[in-house]
Amino acid sequence: MLRILWMLAFVLVASIAQAIDPLPFANEAEEQRFQALARELRCLVCQNQNIADSDAGLAKDLRNEVFAMIRAGKSDDEIKQFLTERYGDFVLYRPPFKGTTLVLWVGPILILIVGFAIARKMMLRGGPHPDLPGPIDDQVER
Amino acid sequence: MRYLVPLLLFLGLGVLLFSGLGKDTRYVPSPLIDKPAAAYTLPELRDPAQTIDSKQFSGKPYLLNVWGSWCVACQEEHPVLLDYAKSKKIPLVGLNWKDENDTALRWLAALGDPYDAIPVDADGKVAIDYGVYGAPETFLIDANGVIRFKQVGPMTREIIAKEIEPRLAAMGVK
Repeated sequence: MLRILWMLAFVLVASIAQAIDPLPFANEAEEQRFQALARELRCLVCQNQNIADSDAGLAKDLRNEVFAMIRAGKSDDEIKQFLTERYGDFVLYRPPFKGTTLVLWVGPILILIVGFAIARKMMLRGGPHPDLPGPIDDQVER
Repeated sequence: MRYLVPLLLFLGLGVLLFSGLGKDTRYVPSPLIDKPAAAYTLPELRDPAQTIDSKQFSGKPYLLNVWGSWCVACQEEHPVLLDYAKSKKIPLVGLNWKDENDTALRWLAALGDPYDAIPVDADGKVAIDYGVYGAPETFLIDANGVIRFKQVGPMTREIIAKEIEPRLAAMGVK
């Protein structure tokens, strides 16, 4: 049991550990803003990682670029716009809601609604089969 | 009739999943097509005292090839570039991306140098402006400095014939 607790503790510490190369943050608020932004941006080389987690050269360059833009007083939206202008919506883990991303956003909800409708229809279809005996407690009472 | 809805659902899902097969998930379409290519001023690899200004290429279409001596696929496409450069049709600019100058020069000495100009992008800032995410990448930039086509991955003779040549012909390059 103790061993499992220790393992859990290590996993927790590992998840708290932050992006790889230390950047000269002025204060904690700036660092938190950077980390939040870096987690929203996809690393294009290793596509299932964000740029905060990735060790790829390009991810490091993009982290430096994001940091430089924060320092230059750019807003989060301006930084995201800078990157989408160059890499497209794909760089954002939360793509904007628009024509080309419609299926992505609405699709799952639509499929869920259709699924519920089908399930409901199947469950409500018809009553008990006429050949079958009635409910068990009915028979007991009789 | 009973099976129509499940069958249609199954077919729909099948078509969706099948369309995903064989697709290169690493390919990211560039939003920079038909947008002006970013301007830069960078040192020339073969003569660091000299600087290359992107403006000096305007007035004529050219290819911008992003490469590095660390990049294996660049080695693969290199004979194609050497061959194409011999045709002297349009200039070939080789953006040396995140490389060391001496290894880059040794690489060119060993494999041949097809480039008319080699701007050195050591920290990768210019590559970010071009939306580069992996070498090699090759851009076709027209006489007005607008990006008209981007090839991600090694350049091949087929891509030159199918994608580059028709576009050059439309631009009036013979």
